[in-house]
Amino acid sequence: MLYRESGDFKTSYAKDQQTFPIAFDRAGYFATLAFAVLVVPFLINDYWANAVILPFLIYAIAAIGLNILTGFCGQVSLGSGGFMAVGAYAAYKLMTSFPDMSMIFVILLSGGVTALVGILFGLPSLRIKGFYLAVATLAAQFFLVWLFNKVPWFYNYSATGMINAPERSVFGQAITGAEASPVTSYLFCLGFAFILAWVARNLTRGVNGRKWMAIRDMDIAAEIIGVNPLKTKLTAFAISSFYVGVAGALLFTVYLGSVEVGEAFGVGKSFLILFMIIIGGLGSIFGSFAGAAFMVLLPVLLKNIMVGQFGWATDLAAHFEFIIVGGLIIVFLILEPHGIAQLWRITKEKLRLWPFPH
Amino acid sequence: MSAEFYFGVEVFLNGLMAGVMYSLVALGFVLIFKASGIFNYAQGVMALFAALTLVGFQNGQIPFAHLINAIFGTELHHFGWHMPAFLAIVCTLLVMIAFAYIVEFLILKHLVNQEPIILFMATIGLAYFMEGFGDLMWGSDIKKLDVGIPQGGNFWLEENTAFLGGDNFYGFYLDNLDIVAAILAVFLVSGLVAFSQYTKTGRALRAVADDHQAALSVGISLRTIWVIVWSIAGFVALIAGIMWGTKSGVQFSLSLIALKALPVLMLGGFTSIPGAIIGGLLIGVGEKMFEFLIGAPYLGGATENWFAYMLALLFLVFRPQGLFGEKIIERV
Amino acid sequence: MIQAEMAEMADAGYTTADGRKIGGIVMEMKNITLRFGGVVAIKDISFDIREGEIRAIIGPNGAGKSSMLNVINGFYHPQEGDIFFHGKKRRSLKPYQIAEQGTARTFQNIALFKGMSTLDNIMTGRITHMKTNLLDQMLWWRSAEAEEVANREVVERIIDFLEIQAIRKTPVGRLPYGLQKRVELGRALAAEPKLLLLDEPMAGMNVEEKEDMSRFILDVNDEFGTTIALIEHDMGVVMDIADRVVVMDYGKKIGDGTPSEVRANQAVIDAYLGVAHD
Repeated sequence: MLYRESGDFKTSYAKDQQTFPIAFDRAGYFATLAFAVLVVPFLINDYWANAVILPFLIYAIAAIGLNILTGFCGQVSLGSGGFMAVGAYAAYKLMTSFPDMSMIFVILLSGGVTALVGILFGLPSLRIKGFYLAVATLAAQFFLVWLFNKVPWFYNYSATGMINAPERSVFGQAITGAEASPVTSYLFCLGFAFILAWVARNLTRGVNGRKWMAIRDMDIAAEIIGVNPLKTKLTAFAISSFYVGVAGALLFTVYLGSVEVGEAFGVGKSFLILFMIIIGGLGSIFGSFAGAAFMVLLPVLLKNIMVGQFGWATDLAAHFEFIIVGGLIIVFLILEPHGIAQLWRITKEKLRLWPFPH
Repeated sequence: MSAEFYFGVEVFLNGLMAGVMYSLVALGFVLIFKASGIFNYAQGVMALFAALTLVGFQNGQIPFAHLINAIFGTELHHFGWHMPAFLAIVCTLLVMIAFAYIVEFLILKHLVNQEPIILFMATIGLAYFMEGFGDLMWGSDIKKLDVGIPQGGNFWLEENTAFLGGDNFYGFYLDNLDIVAAILAVFLVSGLVAFSQYTKTGRALRAVADDHQAALSVGISLRTIWVIVWSIAGFVALIAGIMWGTKSGVQFSLSLIALKALPVLMLGGFTSIPGAIIGGLLIGVGEKMFEFLIGAPYLGGATENWFAYMLALLFLVFRPQGLFGEKIIERV
Repeated sequence: MIQAEMAEMADAGYTTADGRKIGGIVMEMKNITLRFGGVVAIKDISFDIREGEIRAIIGPNGAGKSSMLNVINGFYHPQEGDIFFHGKKRRSLKPYQIAEQGTARTFQNIALFKGMSTLDNIMTGRITHMKTNLLDQMLWWRSAEAEEVANREVVERIIDFLEIQAIRKTPVGRLPYGLQKRVELGRALAAEPKLLLLDEPMAGMNVEEKEDMSRFILDVNDEFGTTIALIEHDMGVVMDIADRVVVMDYGKKIGDGTPSEVRANQAVIDAYLGVAHD
């Protein structure tokens, strides 16, 4: 009863295909958007921005990217960390070599570079599948981290091997460096997240999305009905890597400011993003956001409860985080492989009738 | 022959030794994969957990001491006893068998018909879970593991090979631990191959690996087989944990060995027990020799981080089933 | 010359007893041999398929019938022999290229995309017809939405034709077997193929379902003029709906002709049909 669907008839195919066919959903979507743009900038402060909101937006972008590759197209990748590194280092080289380039271009170009790298490492996917491919992506992960560590050109021959984002502004507002305020960083990341999510939605609901899903579900049958596996898989790798690269660039420039590649982009990061899409929901844009929110909030919550309230040591909180994350992965894979997104859909289904039983 | 050459041979021998260590971990993977088609990413963490439990038993640690102290404000740490190594190993083995039962009951049973990639991701979840659980149970500080295995360079070998290579060569330096590991591995592999080929259970295992439905139809209990297999894998994990733990202490990095075992399996084939050994040796030697000949002089070193993967990648592209695995045929 | 006249006749086609027009030879298999390692799946088989006809391929299990369809699809590449498409020798093409030329098929063990709904599955059949480029799709402007809607209309017509409106949005994994087979037929039809390959479309169906499926196949051939090659075990169905039949046994061709010709062929009777006993 709370969630009205009856009486909401679609009178054209276009209306049937829209992202939020149910009026209630549409209203909710616009409300969230309004809140994000009109209310949050006035409430945000350094702590919230740094602990929760910026990483949420940035990881959501990465999660959408990995979801496109793994959730929609079925190509498992454990190399997301390495690809984020590609985005970050591309951003660094662009910023230091072209100081006048606008940050928006820097981020987009970093994504583009990562897309090209993604195509390269995606080539094996034409011959190998499943977790054999996962191993190949692990190869990419370790190789890329080693590359950015060893080849001094990438970090401009600095002594520490770390890279630091120089100060830049967009439309006169500082985005990177110490001057940047949380509001501007937030709006910058929000803009990217929104537009990239919209593009992802367009891609996945059309013929491209169907090609990807066909490859995922049964690639031999897909080829027989006319899907070009080479083009389709490489397109998935390219677009996915673009997203992950953008996230890496944003992570480095706007969020962290300075980065050491092994720490920031190691294999643990690849697993983090994979967990986001498993828990959030494979093959769902909304799920990518949900999973990112979950994985970002969980450690913060645990720390606040365990250390803040109970006064326990921080390493206990870390152990519990592992236990909870590992356990939830298993639970979700067994009970709800479509993650939080599916749970949300089921809840809405129940709300259509609640409080009536049927 | 120059000292350089003999150094090279020493690197080669050490590569073989490192390879044996990798093989010990890879064996656990092969066993589980053969019997259930699951690639158990948690094998490395199982080795860590086994090692932690062993040390815990040996030193009389109280499980979950840290957590209990935090909740109740107590100061407990040890029971006060010290268990002899052999008894501790037996107790740990029992724990690993219990672990196998629990994993089968809570996880495997529910994921029977899922695709391999889902099962793989479930084992990643299991790995993270066991990591946190093991740390919570026994504490995450580095522990020393000592069950009486001889360590340090083998003097006999060193002295008796010093005559080669002239004045600058002091004899082959091979660690006793590695030698013990190599001998253990030979016994383990022979034992496992014999078990698989000649015993009734071994045959049942091969039947299950081939076709679940057919195995069920001849009366083989899938669940019993899985418990047996995971127990054996747990035993292998314990051995690997003891070896690696003695060598570098019992700490988090032990679980990262799982990542190293993947290339080993790529080379040797996911379903071959001798393949795990050969693959391990190839990776071990390949890594060390590559670093010695090309990595250190020309590429700035630390190539061991990725060499194994690149080699595996080449195999994946040209021979996905590895050297000894079964060829994968797809039909419509 | 008699040969030229015969060739002319062959190209021109003929009209059947009930008024359907059968055209010239659209696909010809010449001396196809297919081996898997030591096993010979297809041994030196030649036959042709005419435009607009319903060609049945029958034979005992393991005769190589599905492999034959896979060769036509381009999924298997025969070690020997050639395939002629509209008179021209076909190069070794990939399956998706052959699909683009206008070949569609159903599979013996249903190859639907389990993660998608009925509607989405049938929409995948339209992939060879949807040409909007990537950029337009990303921004969902210009032809993107229009093409999506236009193709949706085609698919809805097929859904009407197959009477599966009610299960449009159901994930196909949840459908009963008979409906899944119908959805798969829908996906093949959505491609508007010139050549439709059906691999045991009646397998596992009861008499009613077989009648429905036969009706659909005949309607497709009638309304759209689609050439159909189908593998089938049910002799009653074959006799009823096929124009010509190829009989395979152990990878070899043992019969080729109209249903009545094949039914009288001794070799076929010995290998496959059996003799009625009193």
